[in-house]
Amino acid sequence: MKDFKHISVRRMTKRFGEKTALHEFSLDFDKGEFVTFLGPSGCGKSTALNCITGLIPISSGEIYIDDECIDDSRDKIAPEKREFGMVFQNYALFPHLSVFDNVAFGLRLRKHTKKSVREKVDTALRLVHLEGYGSKFPAQMSGGEQQRVAIARCIVLEPRLLLLDEPLSNLDAKLRVELRYELKALHERLRVTTIYVTHDQTEALALSDRIVVMRAGKIQQVGTPEEVFSDPANLFVADFMGFKNMWKAKLESLSQSPGHLDAVVKTAGGSLRARLRYPEGDPRRSALVAAHASGKPVVTAIRPEDILLRAQEGMNTLGCTATLVEYQGQQSQVSACFDASGPEGAADRIDFRSAERVEEGRGLQLGVAPDRLLLFPELETAATTVEEGSP
Amino acid sequence: MSSASKSGTKVLLAPAIAFLVLLFLYPFAYGLYLSFTKADGAATFSNYLRFFKDPWDFRTIWTTLWISVPITFINVGLAIPFAYYMRRGMKGEKTITFFLIVPITLGAVLISEGMLSYMGPRGWLNQFLMAIGLVREPVRFTHNYLGVVISLGLSGFPYAFLMLLGYVSGINPDLEKAGQMLGASRLQTFWKILFPLMVPGIAIAFCLNFVMAFSVFPSAVLLGQPSGPTRVIAIAAYQWAFEKFNFNAASAISMIMAAIELIVITLVLVWRGRMYKGASIVGKG
Repeated sequence: MKDFKHISVRRMTKRFGEKTALHEFSLDFDKGEFVTFLGPSGCGKSTALNCITGLIPISSGEIYIDDECIDDSRDKIAPEKREFGMVFQNYALFPHLSVFDNVAFGLRLRKHTKKSVREKVDTALRLVHLEGYGSKFPAQMSGGEQQRVAIARCIVLEPRLLLLDEPLSNLDAKLRVELRYELKALHERLRVTTIYVTHDQTEALALSDRIVVMRAGKIQQVGTPEEVFSDPANLFVADFMGFKNMWKAKLESLSQSPGHLDAVVKTAGGSLRARLRYPEGDPRRSALVAAHASGKPVVTAIRPEDILLRAQEGMNTLGCTATLVEYQGQQSQVSACFDASGPEGAADRIDFRSAERVEEGRGLQLGVAPDRLLLFPELETAATTVEEGSP
Repeated sequence: MSSASKSGTKVLLAPAIAFLVLLFLYPFAYGLYLSFTKADGAATFSNYLRFFKDPWDFRTIWTTLWISVPITFINVGLAIPFAYYMRRGMKGEKTITFFLIVPITLGAVLISEGMLSYMGPRGWLNQFLMAIGLVREPVRFTHNYLGVVISLGLSGFPYAFLMLLGYVSGINPDLEKAGQMLGASRLQTFWKILFPLMVPGIAIAFCLNFVMAFSVFPSAVLLGQPSGPTRVIAIAAYQWAFEKFNFNAASAISMIMAAIELIVITLVLVWRGRMYKGASIVGKG
């Protein structure tokens, strides 16, 4: 493997005819990092992945490995010469070759000796816990086993960059968790620079050093799992990260302090106080100030876990009635609607969790702390969406 | 499954079995019986012995193989690259497919008639070749070996192409990408991944094309020299049956035809078995 320090993607853009699938995608990876592209289908995450591999030619932008330019949209190093490894959603194992031959495929192309092929393949199969599977054929294996072979087939070549395109989404729930742990352990051990594409936030949070949230071909936020989870950059990221309570609101007052904003908003359920830890210079802060000045509506974002069945001292209270209760074992998932809601607020639904039993139709006084309530301007509609990975 | 529904399934099979028995098994068995008997019904090997002893008849095996084997290789060999390049679809694919299917629908006689006038000594093709100065005298495309081979190409290529196209476009496109990502060039991807996966399709296309070409009759009569270089085995059988009215001898010849076809098919399937062990389209991925 040619050594390197980091990979740099600069203003990478991909257009399919009129449609822009990927817009000025810029990102730097350090060696050994695990980066996840996260977003709903059609957001351009697979396109970004395929552009980095070179399997889809880019329309403009550049990709560098240290100082070496591997793609500038005119001249590019062919995908087969980039020393990248890719794992596909549907495994893409060669059905006519045994597991051993699948894993040995790349080594043989590189003219390794028979002895070295055998040693390396055995080591790789041991790493993915498939010792003794060498003579099996892909069709004789389960999905999880096949995906392990696919991973072994890549890591045996010690790629500079390992790309995984929704590798777990064809597996059933139990296997998905199991293989996720293994991927994590494998990365801890080998420290291969990895890009992982998924639409599953749990996978992204569990595996990544950094998460890139994407929407309609554009990066929405880049950050550690903690940052993306608790400090979303906009309403879209908040929605994707499970801030399920998104109610239309109007800013009634906004007072600015150096480290935070104090706001009062009017929702269908009455006025709510919010303390927003948006420091000065944060684009979210200026966006809210602008929304307050222009009187534009805003949207709340609260996690179900942050709404409590009993309001405590200093909390906002939400008067509402439980409409639907879903028993989930440890706790129940409860939906409720505001008591005070007029016709315009009828669409706003309160989602929260309760360890205590709640009957449908019961009146509730829920509580939410002001610093658990985020506010964002409304999202402009997504201009471009294309089918995932379409060439 | 209960026994009642089992017998119900068997009832549903009845039409297919009746069809097979009436239209294939019975005629085949009757032909086999005829081939081992004399006109008066007495058992004999003489029908077979006569064929192998008579050089005029025996030679038709080689004549037919000499026509059918090369054109089968050409048809399948051409179909592989065509199918490969059209595997992801292309502009005008429907038009191309349409013109390929036309010869299949027309049948051998119409193709032969068309070729006779178009490729004949005074046909357009020869006039064109002479006009551009490529040849001085008309090329003989018809009433010879070449004519039969060309007509078998026209009718056989579309079959091979359509079969292989279905086969290649059914191969998971990610396999090619995976090969590329592992470092395989385009050529290596084709030979190490696509071609082995195409082998079953190639084998079937080869068998069908060969059987069609080996049993060639109308174009061998109309476009060839049925009394000489293109006297194929089907003509020999026809002459015994309808010129000499010896159905026993004709049956023996058709049994020999069937045996040769089976031998070739077996060889192809053995080749397939050595090349290929998996399944090209795996359900789960």
